[in-house]
Amino acid sequence: MRQRRRRRLGTAAVAALALCGLAGCGVSDPGPPTLTWYINPDSGGQAEIAAACTAAANGAYDIEVSTLPRESSEQRQQLVRRLAAGDSSIDIMSLDPPYIPEFAQAGFLAPVPAEVGARAIDGVAQSAIDGATWNDQLVTIPFWANTQLLWYKKSVAEAAGLDMTQPVTWDQLVAAAQAQDTQIAAQGRRAESLVVWFNALIQSAGGEVITQTADRPEDIQLGLDSPQSQRASAVMSEIANSGVVGPAFTTAGEDESVASFENGAAGFMVNWPFVWGRAKSGVEGGTLDQSVVDDYGWAVYPEVDPGTPSAPPYGGINLGVGASSRYPDLAYQATECITSDENQKAYFISDGNPAASLAVFEDPEVIAEFPMAPVIAQSLQQAKPRPQTAYYSEVSGSLQREYHPPTAVSPATGPDAAALIRAVLSGEELL
Amino acid sequence: MTTTAPPSTGSATAAPAPARHTSDRVRAERRLGWMLAGPAFAVMLLVTAYPIFQAIYDSLFSYRLTDPGNRSFVGLGNYWVVLTDALWWQSFGVTAFITVVTVAVELVLGFALALVMLKALKGLRPILRAAILLPYAIITVVSAFAWQFAFDLTSGFVNSWFAWLPGISAETDWFGQTGTSLLVICLAEIWKTTPFISLLLLAGLAQVPDVLQEAAQVDGATWWQRMRKVTIPNMKAAIMVALLFRTLDAFRVFDSVFIMTAGANGTETVSFLAYRQTIARLEIGLGSAVSVLLFLSVVLIAFGFIKGFKVDLAQARGEK
Repeated sequence: MRQRRRRRLGTAAVAALALCGLAGCGVSDPGPPTLTWYINPDSGGQAEIAAACTAAANGAYDIEVSTLPRESSEQRQQLVRRLAAGDSSIDIMSLDPPYIPEFAQAGFLAPVPAEVGARAIDGVAQSAIDGATWNDQLVTIPFWANTQLLWYKKSVAEAAGLDMTQPVTWDQLVAAAQAQDTQIAAQGRRAESLVVWFNALIQSAGGEVITQTADRPEDIQLGLDSPQSQRASAVMSEIANSGVVGPAFTTAGEDESVASFENGAAGFMVNWPFVWGRAKSGVEGGTLDQSVVDDYGWAVYPEVDPGTPSAPPYGGINLGVGASSRYPDLAYQATECITSDENQKAYFISDGNPAASLAVFEDPEVIAEFPMAPVIAQSLQQAKPRPQTAYYSEVSGSLQREYHPPTAVSPATGPDAAALIRAVLSGEELL
Repeated sequence: MTTTAPPSTGSATAAPAPARHTSDRVRAERRLGWMLAGPAFAVMLLVTAYPIFQAIYDSLFSYRLTDPGNRSFVGLGNYWVVLTDALWWQSFGVTAFITVVTVAVELVLGFALALVMLKALKGLRPILRAAILLPYAIITVVSAFAWQFAFDLTSGFVNSWFAWLPGISAETDWFGQTGTSLLVICLAEIWKTTPFISLLLLAGLAQVPDVLQEAAQVDGATWWQRMRKVTIPNMKAAIMVALLFRTLDAFRVFDSVFIMTAGANGTETVSFLAYRQTIARLEIGLGSAVSVLLFLSVVLIAFGFIKGFKVDLAQARGEK
């Protein structure tokens, strides 16, 4: 009898412990609050910053990182689903700028405290501030800012007689590539990278995909019927059909572009600065010859029309704080640590992702590691974000559908894309 | 199970006790049956019926996940949008093409492999079965990646291996055009699921009575005649099940398209279309309408197969 009672008591105690374990009760010292930072995959730089900021917080909070999928569209999908469900574990998010308006409009982001916002934009590149803003309000904190450069082989440019100290146009590049029997590596794949390219072309021609944004999707005004849009389409079509883009052009993204630049097939390339870090790792790993890297040259993004400054693509990552976070104040405190100039510099050096803060580009250590830092800083000042709208994925998806393959782009593509975006936004057509 | 007696209406002496006794037993058995099957039934309702009804309900609204405030009832409007859209019909056509091509090839190949497995020497049989079934054990996404890498222009080996064939060179971009993209997608699907169909057909082949085969042989029937008159008619149910399962599966093709082309070059299937409306665009209403239409297509296919083959599964189970 006693044995049975003892057994019962034992069972009850085990059950209670198990329940407590599940519910997290009975822990007397919970320690500092843990802030979860959802990061985009990188080479470990964000995790290092999280550890450094945890140490610097002196017990005020711990930052844990949780890695999102590789593609930015998949990062958005995962975050949106969780945020829509009110997931309180999302404290800090590394956000790709084009999706910020959507997140802000949906109320997924905790408001930026005024004083934090003022400090966050102090000394930051204008394109990064623009990308962190929605409806004239700072809704995220600029962390690192990216921009595409024109990469070239010095030997090829020299042989073609191009003066790379001056801005060059796409037409000049095509002529040079044809003369030197080399390729131009651009991103013709049906993906976000194609929209990045088209947006840079239309903005460089002086136009915009969205001329007037609006809260109601039906009221958004588009600039795809404009002469600037036609000019951008003509340039895209000319490049795609010039015979200098390589056979895999319509399926090539950033990685394929850099591979053909490294293996010598392409003499010119438009791409993000990660290519420099990749080239140096290639040399260290023995997969790339030092002479290939020594031949690398860089310049500001090509112009559409001579004399009109180009509008290079703007990318990067901003930090958002989840509206359902249990610790929004601590999270914003943490973003100040994460985006400090020191950490931006460390991240630039460790992962090759340029800082949003312009002061970092003048740091001698940064310049020693990234000799193209001044060109990146200049490009960031010139860069233009992608269409700012809460319906960005619809706009981007429509552009991808109409402008792919770039070899088939014609003067009708702009109006077709505008009609599709209008129909999609008013719920009259599938995408 | 056939002993259930109707309530006795005869004379008072017509042994009511045994009737009640039987009835009690049946009732108890039924109760036990419900107790055993009930949880599974509830789980089925929860995981299958609930999402279906939720999708039907959602499909009646214009509803964007990031804009719940603007949710409005549109009735069957979403269905009208979907069914009048060229994209839906294009996706439907691509899906039907992949389904017909892959299922037809798989049926022929699968049948051949099933015959090989049936006739293989006893010692060889386990190794042969394992070898044939191996592709089916691989996760579809993994197999899709493997096929994508093989045919990829920069990292693939197909172009260098088959450059001697006319039309293939080092610069053949398989995922650059609709035709070649669909070819690779179909090849990947066929490679992956032929083992499944051959396994089902092997079960059917094993059920054909040897006596019939022997009788036909004694009558002087050739191999082809035996196949046509004895083997195939006797495994009709197995063929139907194999075709039905595979057709339903093929009609929902998603992974291969997602990995290899992401829907580019006109390779989008109906499942991919539903995914893009619901997950990428967050248009829950439109996406649900596409999903419901996909569901209805699948139901129609199943219904068509069962009616078309005129196979009575109850009879096949020996219940009639």
